[in-house]
Amino acid sequence: MNPILQALTDAVGKDYVSDQPEEMYFYARDPGLMPPHRPDYVVVPKTVEEIQAVVRLAHREKIPIVPMGAGMALTGLVIPLKGGIVLDMKRMNRILEVNEKARCALVEGGTSQGFLKAYLDGHHPRLRHSIPDSPGTATIAANLMIHGQGRLTQQYGFNSDMVSGLEVVLPSGELCRIGSCAVSPDWFSKGAPLPDLSGLFLGWFGATGVLTKIAVKLYPKKKLRDVEIFLTDREELVPAMVYELTHTEMVEDINVFAQPKPLIFAGNHHIALFFTGDTDEELEFKRKLIWHALDPFIKSKDGGFMGIPPVMKPTLLDMPQRSVSRFADVKRGGGFEYSGPIILVDKYPQCTRKIVELAAKYDLGYSGMARIIGRGHCMMYGFAFTFNRADPDMMERTRKALHEVSEFALQIGGVFWKPTVEEQQMALEKMDPNTRALMKMIKQNLDPLGIMNPGNWEVA
Amino acid sequence: MKYEEIVHRCFRCGYCKFTGDYHDFNCPTYRKFRFETFSPGGRMWLIRAWLNGEIKTSERLQQILFSCATCANCVEHCVFTFKEDLVNIFIAAREKLVDEQIIPPAVRDYFKNIHISGNPYKEPANARGKWAEGTDIEPFDGQDYLFYVGCVGSYDERAGKIARSVGNLFLKSGLSFGILGEKEHCDGNEVKALGEAGLFQHLAEQNITQFGEIGAKKIITLDPHAFNAFKKDYRELGADFEVAHYSQILAASIQSGKIPLANYQARVTFHDPCYLGRHNAVYEAPRQILKSIPGLEVIEMHQNRADALCCGGGGGNFFTDILGGGEDSPGRIRVRQALDAGAQILAVACPQCAKMLDDALKAENLTERLEVLDVSEIVNRALA
Repeated sequence: MNPILQALTDAVGKDYVSDQPEEMYFYARDPGLMPPHRPDYVVVPKTVEEIQAVVRLAHREKIPIVPMGAGMALTGLVIPLKGGIVLDMKRMNRILEVNEKARCALVEGGTSQGFLKAYLDGHHPRLRHSIPDSPGTATIAANLMIHGQGRLTQQYGFNSDMVSGLEVVLPSGELCRIGSCAVSPDWFSKGAPLPDLSGLFLGWFGATGVLTKIAVKLYPKKKLRDVEIFLTDREELVPAMVYELTHTEMVEDINVFAQPKPLIFAGNHHIALFFTGDTDEELEFKRKLIWHALDPFIKSKDGGFMGIPPVMKPTLLDMPQRSVSRFADVKRGGGFEYSGPIILVDKYPQCTRKIVELAAKYDLGYSGMARIIGRGHCMMYGFAFTFNRADPDMMERTRKALHEVSEFALQIGGVFWKPTVEEQQMALEKMDPNTRALMKMIKQNLDPLGIMNPGNWEVA
Repeated sequence: MKYEEIVHRCFRCGYCKFTGDYHDFNCPTYRKFRFETFSPGGRMWLIRAWLNGEIKTSERLQQILFSCATCANCVEHCVFTFKEDLVNIFIAAREKLVDEQIIPPAVRDYFKNIHISGNPYKEPANARGKWAEGTDIEPFDGQDYLFYVGCVGSYDERAGKIARSVGNLFLKSGLSFGILGEKEHCDGNEVKALGEAGLFQHLAEQNITQFGEIGAKKIITLDPHAFNAFKKDYRELGADFEVAHYSQILAASIQSGKIPLANYQARVTFHDPCYLGRHNAVYEAPRQILKSIPGLEVIEMHQNRADALCCGGGGGNFFTDILGGGEDSPGRIRVRQALDAGAQILAVACPQCAKMLDDALKAENLTERLEVLDVSEIVNRALA
């Protein structure tokens, strides 16, 4: 047996190491459009000590190492661009502690969004976390690594803003705690009142370390949850509508979507408003305020509330949103990818016009979806195109459309979310030179050998 | 390969691996091996790569394809419109391997034994009816029902006790039934699941002809696997008999008072067999039986009905053991789940589940804390 394989076997046990063509094929790619690159090994660790042993080995032998959750970013962030070891984290999926009163959960680094949701539903029915629309198998750690958003993002910001502590295996193999847990047994803050070091890891796609424990903030879960949809065909008014809605502070989640199918959806912008209450009175009170907030637009005949058919409600209220995955098969082809720049809400009309233009230009199925982040502080606008995996020409057209989106987004002031390697380089090129130098310094100091998810956030 | 036009449509989103409420991973092979390649999405992507020539046939690929327990958890939870065909796709890939004659030795031996001996145990046909010796169960001779026992019930010692137990209750209830004994043939459900379509067709046609010739119009199966083959696959080949699983007949007999029951105190949880539950949506009949026993407390494991974890024996694994044992094997997880639920008895309605879970119980050293019993065996204990 080759010595690396032997050392990995010693670290995690023979059943959880592979260098077989089947695993090398699968872990070389994600469901998106990025070109594959094979790893040399895949390991599935169970403990922090096992991860440390693997990272120390990688450090000693200068082997690239790529931590992976469910691989659902779609932008190739867990494709091992320089080979090496893929660290599939999903065996580390224990929920270690939930502090009901402090509204905090401490979980292992491979815990999925679905597990935490099910655990809270079963054991802490008054608590919830900000669950993203990615499949339930997506991990909490990976979502934080990409600054993901979720169902509570309009209220509390990016999911990475809802972190209250981290445990990280550094590229050297040392274990490090970030936040209050570095000083105290309690995990209540990722930084304050200390210097906030979480930024050394969040958003870095594993290029600075492996998250092995994460504390996430939990929020009150009301007994009732409902949705309303405000419809308008005036895209230029959407930012003003969002402004009025966020002013009410009654809505927990705002998504705006526009898509050509079914036919009755075409040309309209659907502002989906999710709100909650512990009683019917509370729910109705919120509903009333939401309705009143948009009165002027109703009076001017620029929009109105849509009667949601009962069959549609479970789909809309579903968490995580299975319908998002279903978009992949619109062309009976099992694929979709989106570019989701973070951008000001007032850019909504430009974004929505652009997606329609690109879909027509490249003859693609599309869905445009904006998720409001904070009280209208910004939004993620998803330019999503569905493609047929068995149609290389359609895949190439989708790549071209997404490339145009990247250029467009940067041009109108957007910042790429979970960027591809190409987009990372575009962002670094446009970045303030001193910021770029700071990023380089951080990466070089934390990972001088460049073994952690190499190719990502690499400053030349 | 059949279904070739579908395999590229998997997004590998992973809903197929979970229970419906995300409580746990529920794909038995993913649960055990933990590489994505052993999940339904992994299989879909590998099958496509294999068909495209991007990966070759290998021992690992055979292990990945033949370890699938065909439990249909993926069918239950996949979000796409092609979900109904997921297990069929995995079976089609096995068929292609069988056609190319590149199969694991255990699978080859299984087919060989069926082909030569008519059963996987290499036992003579005249031993098929031995389980019924010493009982009042009669050969089929135009009675209302044919009680079809299958290979496992006929030859496996543990399963034979279950067959006797069910037969005894049928006798008590006054049911008009008979058995085929040494004239019974393999139903072929596992032959089909393991990818030998030709051999399956031969077995099915043999059985359909025989049932027709002897005038068997209503068939009761001991094994949910045979129930599945008769109900679904035989119909496609022209069979026109009625089929029921024994739990359905027993539930009706108890409800109509034909089997009087006395008090029997125990805490029981029911394990849904995949071929009874997810494949054929029979969830309530076994529970009805248990709930009709005075004193019996029926509790549920968190993973029940469509979310039940497979025992690991499906898809031919009962015979080939390609899924294998170990602490993370589904059978061992399942008995731990039963214990965690607070059960004293883990009830089953499938001879294959009974054997798998019995073995798991021994491996977990839990035989003094938990008992695996067929629903019919519990009823026999509670007879008035």
